[in-house]
Amino acid sequence: MTGWHSAGGGPVIPDFGQPSACLKHNGWFCTDWMSKHWGDVLQPALVQHIQLTVIAVGIGFGIAFLLALVGFRWRFLDAPLGGFTDLLYTIPSLALFQLLVPLTGLTVTTVEIALTSYTLFILYRNIVAGLRAVPAEVLESARGMGLTRRQTFFRVELPLAVPAILAGLRIATVATISIATVAAFLIQDGLGHPIFDAIETPDLFKTELLASGGLAILLALTADGLLAYAQRALTPWSRLR
Amino acid sequence: MPTEAAELVFDEATKVYPGRDGAAVDHLSLTVPAGEICVLVGPSGGGKTTALKLVNRLIPLTGGDIRIDGTSILEHDLTELRRSIGYVIQQVGLFPHMTVEGNIGTVPRLLGRPRSWIRTRSAELLELVGLDPSYAKRFPAQLSGGERQRVGLARALAANPPLMLMDEPFGAIDPIVRARLQDEFLRFQSELRKTVVFVTHDIDEAIRVGDRIAILREGGRLAQYDTPQRILEHPVDDFVAEFVGRDRALKALALRTLGDLELSPATDDGLPRLHAGASLRDALALLVAEHRDALLVVDADGSPLGVAKREDLLQ
Amino acid sequence: MVASAFVDAFRFMPNHVSLLLDKAGETAELAFAALAIALLVALPLGLWLGHRHRGLLLALGVSSLGRSLPSVALIGLGIGILGVGFWNNTVALVVLAIPPILTNTYFAVEGVDRDAVEAARGMGLTEAQILTRIELPLGLPLLLAGLRIAAVFVIATATIAGIFGGGGLGDIMARQITYGLGGVFAAALWVAGLALLTAAALALAQRAASRRMAPRT
Repeated sequence: MTGWHSAGGGPVIPDFGQPSACLKHNGWFCTDWMSKHWGDVLQPALVQHIQLTVIAVGIGFGIAFLLALVGFRWRFLDAPLGGFTDLLYTIPSLALFQLLVPLTGLTVTTVEIALTSYTLFILYRNIVAGLRAVPAEVLESARGMGLTRRQTFFRVELPLAVPAILAGLRIATVATISIATVAAFLIQDGLGHPIFDAIETPDLFKTELLASGGLAILLALTADGLLAYAQRALTPWSRLR
Repeated sequence: MPTEAAELVFDEATKVYPGRDGAAVDHLSLTVPAGEICVLVGPSGGGKTTALKLVNRLIPLTGGDIRIDGTSILEHDLTELRRSIGYVIQQVGLFPHMTVEGNIGTVPRLLGRPRSWIRTRSAELLELVGLDPSYAKRFPAQLSGGERQRVGLARALAANPPLMLMDEPFGAIDPIVRARLQDEFLRFQSELRKTVVFVTHDIDEAIRVGDRIAILREGGRLAQYDTPQRILEHPVDDFVAEFVGRDRALKALALRTLGDLELSPATDDGLPRLHAGASLRDALALLVAEHRDALLVVDADGSPLGVAKREDLLQ
Repeated sequence: MVASAFVDAFRFMPNHVSLLLDKAGETAELAFAALAIALLVALPLGLWLGHRHRGLLLALGVSSLGRSLPSVALIGLGIGILGVGFWNNTVALVVLAIPPILTNTYFAVEGVDRDAVEAARGMGLTEAQILTRIELPLGLPLLLAGLRIAAVFVIATATIAGIFGGGGLGDIMARQITYGLGGVFAAALWVAGLALLTAAALALAQRAASRRMAPRT
């Protein structure tokens, strides 16, 4: 049914030994299928999904950080840079994937470019906002104490922006995990792959849909929790207010 | 703690903000002797904060000069100049992501002091400003307003600067805590003998804290620069008289103690008693309250020193 | 290849204007219907919770749970429960649109200066008047920001719904064999255009709302 997607490869209603009653009735939660196909379907998809996400968020963070430094240092560039990342963010994922295909083909690169571009908006906004949020009196006392521009940035502005930066990373990571499921429209990578397969199976393969969709949600919530923990651990002072 | 202080000279110091009519600070000339507290006071628009910030070049001079121990601030390297001047502001501006010790150690760290030195210094300074050493590991968000300003003071003193600039340091603190902080500030100032420039809009604070008071009027012009006593007793013009208030005679009484008076021999008993350290203002209040004309001055042990009459107080 | 894809797309467009308009209409209908329903649910709830300063954890939880829901799986779930059609997609989109609207409405109202609310209460305004005359106008920019996030999200997901039989521009994008690469590319451009126009309209509304509060900046 999908344009770029080749049929086959994924499990249709599986044929191995004796299917359980649950599978025969296409139930929502057939544990026998899940344990049987953890190794060949779910786990590889999960690992690929994590890879897709980590690469996109990592590169996105690098780019957003550089852009944010520029927008922070030269205020007049903040609005255009923010607007540019906003524009990328607004383009629907499926359309962006399609528009990139003539450029980079049906590849992981295409998917990563699109996923990366979605992280920029959130990360850019949060980094700049965090750097700007340093209270005027704190900057004045830094200046009055003889900290140079550079020392003020590295010792005051940047550490004070860490909570906002990590909050941005949290949102960007969770959003990327969610959007990365759409990547299966182009490539057979990530948790989107079993989800697409499940939907395209005649009558919809409910267990596979629920298992892989549930894994995506679980992954997102785990990442969210881990980053929230990192935020607390790295900035003990920000909890005290 | 080593004591050192610098002489500060404003020499026709002038600040004109571009695009604004008139000067913010207009040919200000005054000398703050080493180890003294000079309070800049005046109505808003008097340019007191601007004058203060000219010293550490947070605001650049338009004209004239400012010299510290004879060297123009313009000849100093900007960063070194600021590191050698303690700076305290009303909103304190502690770094929220650093502990109290981290805050106090900021400048020493930049100057390359070892960690152990900073720890000792921080403990020393906490004690000086009246905080328990256990405060070293706390974050600013865990402190009250008064405690924050104490840490702000300790931070400004960390590199042992010969000159301190204080911009309404107690302005945001409630009156009771403010009075205590003023007392403690005066106590450790009497030990350290730094040169201090202190900005306030509160004339009572100026009288209480200052060795000398500079009253600035609208447009940043110096109206009078003198000791509190002389400003209260001999205001140069109506502006100063008005600014110090109708009760300036009473304020002047508050500056002197019974011990400063020449007492008549102690004869008559049954007089109200007051010890020699009490101010003339308190003595007068006692006479008014008790409907008496004289009181018995006693020393710390309570033994009589002499009698002070109402007219002695009002001389 | 990029250039030729564009050429194909722009060759496709003039010959298929009515098709593209139809399909864009379907996508917009699906998206805006879902948005309207989500508004009906989330707006009153967000206003009420925000006004009462209650339900912070609910607002935060809904927002992070909402972000973690994979839209594709949600559409699949809709199909699994409701079968293919308008409603399964609408339900999925409503579920996705509620969190940003609810969370932003909540914080828009909750974050209004408490002194202003206190003053209004002191002047004898009823709770409903406080909400409609003080909190809502003051919180409007943030509320509209949430609506914008939801709108962009919903249009993107409505397109994905199209590839699973939901119609609209996504339908064209899923059928390269029928419409050719030019058609797919043209549909992608139209979807992007639809999203950008909607976002721009809401951004303008947002700006107007914040201008009204601070005319000088």
